[in-house]
Amino acid sequence: MPTKRELLDLHFMDARCKLIDLAAFLDRIERHPGEADFRFDALVKALPLLLSENPGRAKAVLEALSDPSTDPIPAATIQGAFGAPRA
Amino acid sequence: MRYIEPHAHMVSRTTDDYQKLALAGCEAICEPAFWAGFDRSSPQGFHDYYRQLTEYEPKRAAKFGIPHFCWLCINPKEAEDPVFAREVMALLPEFLDKPTVLGIGEIGLNKNTRNELAIFCEHVQLAADRDLPILIHTPHLEDKLKGTRLILDALADFPTLDRGKIVIDHVEEHTVAHVLDAGYWAGMTLYPESKCTPDRAIDILETHERERLWLNSACDWGVSDPLAVVKCGLAMKRRGHDAAAVDDVLFGNPRRFLEQCPNFKLP
Repeated sequence: MPTKRELLDLHFMDARCKLIDLAAFLDRIERHPGEADFRFDALVKALPLLLSENPGRAKAVLEALSDPSTDPIPAATIQGAFGAPRA
Repeated sequence: MRYIEPHAHMVSRTTDDYQKLALAGCEAICEPAFWAGFDRSSPQGFHDYYRQLTEYEPKRAAKFGIPHFCWLCINPKEAEDPVFAREVMALLPEFLDKPTVLGIGEIGLNKNTRNELAIFCEHVQLAADRDLPILIHTPHLEDKLKGTRLILDALADFPTLDRGKIVIDHVEEHTVAHVLDAGYWAGMTLYPESKCTPDRAIDILETHERERLWLNSACDWGVSDPLAVVKCGLAMKRRGHDAAAVDDVLFGNPRRFLEQCPNFKLP
């Protein structure tokens, strides 16, 4: 099993790149005009989950971006998905 | 490194991709029936598609020395109209005995509707009646967790099914335990923008019993990489997994599941 140091050697630059990209995305959305959007709100709401001291952060983010309902819907109105549930 | 691609939509890929797969060590390709990017307007369109999967695609793969197998069904995205879906399902018996057909798939849910669920259950019954393995698609993105739960609940109503002959695909961190804990196999799909990245898939392999997990590229007409499985094998090696572990995940596991399909034979 690799050590923390070895994993950092492998993945730190990739994680750093993704973190900066996410920060730039937040800035980009903020400086452009337009209405609030449920996808952006869901993303922002999920961000504190990254700072949890418990493992399972990826699972928690995925759950936060999931439809919380449990019953089948009557009919499909679209075929695709958005990546976040409508509030 | 040798590997099996247990989920690829080669009808959407170029012949160059077959060459790349062969060069990368691919020993077999399995192709589930799926949504081809737009809705087919008639059952005859599906008849042509099933002929393509059972007659034409195996010949195209054979030119590169790769055995090609398929799973048949009407996919959930085109199953919202149950009358239409049943007309398409009526075509299946003509094809299920073809020599490269593995079972029923990829059935499942898309938007988690009542009609999708009804057609899903009818496919499961068809598989149960013929003792065929099943490959199940779980929904995309925000619909995945709910859809996975609905699928598991529906399968629980078929108590005599052999859970070891059912693979539930496209699991991620929030669904993998649900699937494995219920006794099913789980597939991890390696996509550039959704589903699993190679490193997340390896995290799941490291934190769960890996005996009933496999990797696939699900390469199709969208953003996807036909070499994703073998690239994940390389990522496993970079993270310190030895060659035997990589071989288990990329070749041994899918072979162990697929050998339950009477038509799956490697040269």
